[in-house]
Amino acid sequence: MDADNKQIHVTSGGTHRRHAPPLYGVIAEFENPSDLVAAARRVYSLGYRRINGYSPYPIEELSEAIGFTKTSLPLIVFIGGLVGGIGGFLMQYYIEVIDYPINVGGKPYNSWPAFIPITFEMTVLVAAFSAVLGMLVLNKLPQPYHPVFNLPNFALATRDRFFLAVEANDQKFVHAEVVELLKSLHAVEVNDVEV
Amino acid sequence: MDFKMPDEPQKPYTEGPMHSTSPVIDPGLTFASVTDKISSIVLKRKTSLAWFFGFAISFALFQLMLLAMTNLLFVGIGLWGVNVPVAWGIDILNFVWWIGIGHAGTLISAILLLLRQRWRTSINRFAEAMTLFAVAQAGMYPIFHLGRPWLMYWLFPYPNTMGIWPQFRSPLMWDVFAVSTYATVSAMFWFVGLIPDFATLRDRARSKPFQILYGMLAMGWRGSARHWHRYEMAYLLLAGLATPLVLSVHTIVSFDFAVGIIPGWHATIFPPYFVAGAIYAGFAMVLLLTIPLRKFYGLEGFITMRHMHNMGKVMLATGLIVGYGYIMEAFFGWYSGNKYERFMIWNRMHGPYSLYYWALILCNIITPQFLWFKKLRSNLLVLWIISFIVSIGMWLERFVIVVTSLHRDFLPTSWGMYQPTQWDWAMFIGTIGFFFTLLFLFIRFLPMISIFEMRTILPEAEMEE
Repeated sequence: MDADNKQIHVTSGGTHRRHAPPLYGVIAEFENPSDLVAAARRVYSLGYRRINGYSPYPIEELSEAIGFTKTSLPLIVFIGGLVGGIGGFLMQYYIEVIDYPINVGGKPYNSWPAFIPITFEMTVLVAAFSAVLGMLVLNKLPQPYHPVFNLPNFALATRDRFFLAVEANDQKFVHAEVVELLKSLHAVEVNDVEV
Repeated sequence: MDFKMPDEPQKPYTEGPMHSTSPVIDPGLTFASVTDKISSIVLKRKTSLAWFFGFAISFALFQLMLLAMTNLLFVGIGLWGVNVPVAWGIDILNFVWWIGIGHAGTLISAILLLLRQRWRTSINRFAEAMTLFAVAQAGMYPIFHLGRPWLMYWLFPYPNTMGIWPQFRSPLMWDVFAVSTYATVSAMFWFVGLIPDFATLRDRARSKPFQILYGMLAMGWRGSARHWHRYEMAYLLLAGLATPLVLSVHTIVSFDFAVGIIPGWHATIFPPYFVAGAIYAGFAMVLLLTIPLRKFYGLEGFITMRHMHNMGKVMLATGLIVGYGYIMEAFFGWYSGNKYERFMIWNRMHGPYSLYYWALILCNIITPQFLWFKKLRSNLLVLWIISFIVSIGMWLERFVIVVTSLHRDFLPTSWGMYQPTQWDWAMFIGTIGFFFTLLFLFIRFLPMISIFEMRTILPEAEMEE
């Protein structure tokens, strides 16, 4: 957080509030998805980058509007699948060929067609685990506390309200400007949120 | 809460002129009303006497299952009617039946998602729960069929002091991996789908214990756009993984039979025919459960007649595939020129178990033909009865496959008859009780319709540019 921001919130003068709660950012509340996405696009186009939208359901346009379009999740899942598949086959190969070879009806020890079903299942299993755990880890979940929960109305973010946050650690963040900007973008309410 | 049409009717979600007759969701619903209506079933609605009644009966039957299992552990597998030559009785049959039922849930949640069938949205959560609970029942049968169920962990490849490993060339080992992967992936898919709805419940719950419970389950979900983006990607990838998985599971279950040389089992048509049968039975079960549930909880605005029609059509289509499978089985038997195969078909139609065979044809081929008629598909009572008959039919199908093939194979000296004992039935009825116990708990404590996915198909969610 740069010095500019601190000046706004740390009460100066005789009171010496040494632990004034630092600002997380400013949050605007919207009534519908269209207003939120329009506002997000506008804020992004003005050069703000540490912004985030909150909505009760996934809105594809919203993540595009805040400039978040790339995720490494597909790569993680692909690698997971690869590890599962190769690992699954090698496990069977090691067991049936190297460690515990048994002659079954004269079939070769490496009777690979018979190993395909389990290879496939292991591919799916590890890939699915990578998808779920990868999503949770990249999203930093579980995360019991987050500043946005301090906003009293935020419980409606899981019902019918839409929110746009501009974080205080954004390069361009100047409190009064951001509040003015958000107010001009059809926000129902604009509030400060403390860390 | 009742759903009033707004003064100006909004355009309902449609998928083109073909389907414009009935919408997939009541057009009068809003973000707020969808959220409140579904979450109130869990949070506010007084638990009805009917729920307690249904739960009590299911729970009592669940105790019967525990009794049957305990007795089996003490006495041994001789308690069941299985013996040579019919070493697989209704217990393996029930395993196949239950796991087949589960397949509709994955089909609805994964395959219909990939096919962009948005009508799936209001039934997928429920169908996935059904999948999970059905797989839980299915899994118990092969384990208790082992003879020494407490050694079931021997099936998993772990380094052990005995110096032995499982045999991976056996379809029974494939089954272990297929079913356990299926159960795990279904559970993860279901849980991931629930996370945003847990957050909704956390924010709506009034009492502290529920806030804490749902709060922990929601893991701090806050609907962030970045989270949603990764979430949607994860969900899509899981659907893509679950789709081939569900097809592989029943394929592998069919390998349990098809890889054997028993006449009536050793057929190449088994994998597709089993998969179609699984979907057929599964949709029958979804209809069997949703028709009363929708009425009881007043969910007609979410689960519309469109869903009923579509599920009826899926049942008809898969029923026809299954019918084709029966015809081909008979054709293979005749065309093979193999006397054992021919005898197997003759024995099915005219042998001591012929009643089961003809009942199966009546239930699974004749009955679904009524679904050709729109009038009958629109009648929920008729639809429910057809689903019930199909569920019985699919049970009979597995009976015919398992029992009639085994009881008279190659050598007449080793022929025999099979009769399930009361403990076989106790176990079966008990698993039905366990299934419904889980289902009753699910509809009481979790949102049975995916709230966040319902929001995406509302007219309000349409973006104005």
